[in-house]
Amino acid sequence: MNLATATTTVPAVAHAPIDTAGLTERISIRGLNFYYGDHRALKDITLPLYASQVTAFIGPSGCGKSTLLRILNRMYDLYPNQRAEGHVTLDGEDILSPKQDVNLLRARIGMVFQKPTPFPMSIYENIAFGIRLYEKLSRHELDERVESALRRAALWDEVKDKLGANGLSLSGGQQQRLCIARTVAVRPEVILFDEPCSALDPISTAKIEELIDALKAEYTIVIVTHNMQQAARVSDFTAFMYLGELIEFDTTSKMFTAPGDRRTQDYITGRFG
Amino acid sequence: MSNEHTSKAFDTDLQDLTSKVSEMGGLAERVIADAIQALTRRDADLAKRVVQTDPAIDALQQDIEEKAILTIARRQPMAVDLREIVAALRVSNDLERIGDLAKNIGKRVSALEGDFYPNKLLRGVEHMASLVLGQLKQVLDAYAGRDLDSALAVWKGDEEIDAMCTSLFRELLTYMMEDPRNITFCIHLMFCAKNIERMGDHATNIAETVHYMIEGRPIADQRPKGDTTAFAKAAMT
Repeated sequence: MNLATATTTVPAVAHAPIDTAGLTERISIRGLNFYYGDHRALKDITLPLYASQVTAFIGPSGCGKSTLLRILNRMYDLYPNQRAEGHVTLDGEDILSPKQDVNLLRARIGMVFQKPTPFPMSIYENIAFGIRLYEKLSRHELDERVESALRRAALWDEVKDKLGANGLSLSGGQQQRLCIARTVAVRPEVILFDEPCSALDPISTAKIEELIDALKAEYTIVIVTHNMQQAARVSDFTAFMYLGELIEFDTTSKMFTAPGDRRTQDYITGRFG
Repeated sequence: MSNEHTSKAFDTDLQDLTSKVSEMGGLAERVIADAIQALTRRDADLAKRVVQTDPAIDALQQDIEEKAILTIARRQPMAVDLREIVAALRVSNDLERIGDLAKNIGKRVSALEGDFYPNKLLRGVEHMASLVLGQLKQVLDAYAGRDLDSALAVWKGDEEIDAMCTSLFRELLTYMMEDPRNITFCIHLMFCAKNIERMGDHATNIAETVHYMIEGRPIADQRPKGDTTAFAKAAMT
């Protein structure tokens, strides 16, 4: 291996140099600004998101972390007067380009929301529905894909005997895992989690965290969380945001033991504001 | 932004820990001074009191450990808070060991018999002990005041103590070779000197802990060593 490339640091992210040997930058965010009408909600964000790694966005309410997450799959397109400027690429392909097929993009970059949002249909259909939008599969292939998605979301054993039951009849934790199965079923490359556990009990939370850990080998995962301990537990990299700015980005182990910026320290130790 | 936690009780927990460590440090300083005084003046009563103080130090250490574990469980501390708690645990461990070493000196004083009590040697031990006491006092102040420079000074200052210990060993060897009847006393004194040197090592450990607590990373430099002679290697292994 070439030593010069093995220890390349991330340029333009003005923080402690990170050893990125063996890591692939799947999503590159460079000089990103975001506006809600005239309000500039994100200021010059530059951030790498690595393949097969979990990156956590943390920061107080209103710091822009959810906004940043919603840019990655162009969710903001659904609303008027919202616009993003700068460069965001997925494997080198411009995500922000007006030519980008948003539906295809959202299949490649899946999202799991704060509240579980199963469709009011059977467990099986909840998953098959999304697959049918993108692919034509035989009944047999579809069955297999549904099963494999449910298995990956660690839900199969609990629902395999009631696939015809309504998705809404499941518990909150199961519903959230159903949503994860639905996301995984369309075989995305990136999964965005927007506070996936904030409405769940500790056991369901542990299951989701376990799942994130299992999924990260195949996907690039980004998670927004208000729970510091959760960020520390599940992520490999952490980005701390405040008032629309990226204050610090570093490995999670460094961020939660010895952060470089005073504001990061004050936030994660509960001294903020 | 401020230095205080949103949860005031968390601040109180951390302050409690620091003040308990300081209390323990005060006790450790006292037993060292008493143990050395008992040794140089052959004061068996004082030596006994040193031995009797040890359980109080042990109890404080346990107290700190319990409080630290409870704080971790209740507050899930991060960053500087976590490092502060880990530092309290480590420092109290070092202080507990210092207490044990002082107790050991106290026990040896009670075991010493005979007329052979060479003043020159004892002055040497006394001087070494005063250096160690100075180091310990400085590092405990550095801990309480979060003073990085002061902790680093202690870390670098251990060299002199090591060198003194080596020269004392050399002298004791000469006495032993001179007259086998001196051996018992000299061996006891040798262990006392070794104990004091170890206390110095613990002060150095504390300095490293203080550095970690403040900076979040270990000290990067190579520490100067005072015991690099071949003799020291032979004598200390």
